[in-house]
Amino acid sequence: MSDHTVDYLVELQGVDFAHAHGAHPVYRDLNMQVPRGKITAVLGPSGVGKTTLLRLIGGQLKPQQGQITFAGHNIPSLSRSALYQLRTRMSMLFQSGALFSDMSVFDNIAFPLREHSRLSEEIIETVVLMKLEAVGLRGARHLMPSELSGGMARRAALARSIALDPELIMYDEPFAGQDPISMGVIIKLIKSLNESLGLTSIIVTHDVQEVMTIADYVFIMANKTVVGSGTPAELLASSDPLVHQFLHGEADGPVRFHYPAADLSNELLGIQPTGTEAKHV
Amino acid sequence: MFDRIAALGKTVLDTVAGAGAALIMLVRALIGRPNLRKSWPLLMQQMYSLGVLSLLIIIISGLFIGMVLGLQGYTILVDFGAEQSLGQMVALSLLRELGPVVTALLFAGRAGSALTAEIGLMKATEQLSSLEMMAVDPLRRVVSPRFWAGFYSMPILATIFSAVGIYGGYLVGVQWLGVDDGAFWSVMQSSVEWQEDILNGLIKSIVFAFVVTWIALYKGYNCTPTSVGISRATTSTVVTASLAVLGLDFVLTALMFG
Repeated sequence: MSDHTVDYLVELQGVDFAHAHGAHPVYRDLNMQVPRGKITAVLGPSGVGKTTLLRLIGGQLKPQQGQITFAGHNIPSLSRSALYQLRTRMSMLFQSGALFSDMSVFDNIAFPLREHSRLSEEIIETVVLMKLEAVGLRGARHLMPSELSGGMARRAALARSIALDPELIMYDEPFAGQDPISMGVIIKLIKSLNESLGLTSIIVTHDVQEVMTIADYVFIMANKTVVGSGTPAELLASSDPLVHQFLHGEADGPVRFHYPAADLSNELLGIQPTGTEAKHV
Repeated sequence: MFDRIAALGKTVLDTVAGAGAALIMLVRALIGRPNLRKSWPLLMQQMYSLGVLSLLIIIISGLFIGMVLGLQGYTILVDFGAEQSLGQMVALSLLRELGPVVTALLFAGRAGSALTAEIGLMKATEQLSSLEMMAVDPLRRVVSPRFWAGFYSMPILATIFSAVGIYGGYLVGVQWLGVDDGAFWSVMQSSVEWQEDILNGLIKSIVFAFVVTWIALYKGYNCTPTSVGISRATTSTVVTASLAVLGLDFVLTALMFG
C-alpha cells in the first residue's frame, strides 16, 4: 500500500482510540488508506469497532492520538464550523437508514438541499425526483418512512445521502438484515453509484461474500488494528490464519469461540481460581 | 468504608459533570445567529405540539382545581361569616401558587416526558447522528425550537389555568353555594395586586418553564440510546422536573413573599 501514485481521499495514521467510559482501547496504531474513486471494504467480526471507524472519519468522535485526513484536512484538529463545512462533502448511510420519521420520503431527500442550498423549490423537486429515480423509489415519494420496508428505507436513505453529490459516502452495514433481493439491489446500487457519480465508497460490513464481489480494496480488522489488506483476490489467497478464519467463517481459530473464562473443569468442581478473581471473595 | 466515600465522591462528580454538560448543551443550542426563515416554522410546529395540545389537560385541571378551591374555601370561610372573601381566596391561591406550580407539574408529565422520549428515540434511531453528518447541528435544529416553544408556552398555559380556575371557583361559590355575585368579584378585584400577585406568579411560571424544558431536553439528548435507557430518561425527566419545580417554588415564594 505504499504506492505513492495512488490518490487517497481518506487516510488514517497511527490512530489510537478508546471510548470515554470504556476501559479497553478500540484501536491501537490503526493505519488505513482509502483510494479516491474506488470502493473500499472494511471487514471484521462484530464488536471490532467498524462503526466507530466511520464516526472517527466523520468527526463525531475524536481519537486520542493520530491523524485522520479527508481531502488533506486533518479532521480531529478542525474547528466546529470547519468540520460542519467539510461534512457537506461527505455522507453516511446509517444502518437503520435514520430517515426522519416526521417527514415524507420526498421531504427527507429534500432536507439536505433545503438546508444547504438556496435552490428554488422547483429545482429541488427535480433533483429529488432524479435521486429517487436512481434508487428506484420515484413512485414512493409520498410515503412516510414508517410505510417503507427495510430495504426501501435503506434505498431512500441512500438517495438522501447522495442528494448533495458528496465525494465520500460511508456505508454502515448496508447489507445487515436484508432479504436476498434487496441485498442484490443494494449491491448493484453501491456499484453503479460509485461509477456514475465518481464517488469514493467505504463499506463497513461483516457480510464477506457480498462485499467481495464489488470491493476494489479490502481491509480486515481484528485485535484493535488492521490484520490484513489487499484486493479481494489477494486476500482469498492469503495464508494468514486470522484472515483465513474470517473469510471462510470458521467457528474457532485465532478468534476464539469462547469468551475468556476460567478453566471449565475447575469451575464445575468448584475450585476457586487463583489470581485476580480471588480478590473479590 | 473507603468504597463508600469513593462512591459518594463519584456521585458528586457525576452530578456536577451532568450539570455542566446540560449547561453546555443549552448554551450551544441557544447562542448563535437565529435564522428566522428556517426557525420560525419549527418553533410554530413545537408551540403547537407542546402548547396547543396541552390546552385540554390544563383547562380541565384548572376547572376542577378552581371548583375544589371554591368548595373548600366556602366551608372554611362560612364558619367565620366571611364567605364574601371567597373570590379573593380562590384568585390569590391560583395566581400565586397553584397556577404556576400545577401547570408546571402537568407540563412536565405531558409535554416534558414526550420531549425526552422523542429526542431519545431520535438518538436511538441515529437521526441525531445523521443530522450531524448532514452538517446540520441537531442542537440548533432539534433542541433549540423545542426549548423556546416550552419556554413561551408554559407561562401562557399557567395564565389560562388560573383564569379557568377562577371561573371554576365562581361556578361553585356563586352559582351553586350562593355567595353574592358582586361581592365575589369586587373583593377579588380590590385585593389582587398587579405586581405582588400577578407578576410574581408569572415570574414563577417563567422560571418553571425554563427549568422543566431544559431538564426534559437534556435527559433526552443525553439518554442511553436503548429502550431501557429511554424509559429511564423519561421517568427521570418527570421526577427531576417535578422535584425541581416544588423546590424552586419554595425558594421563589420565600424571596417574593417571605
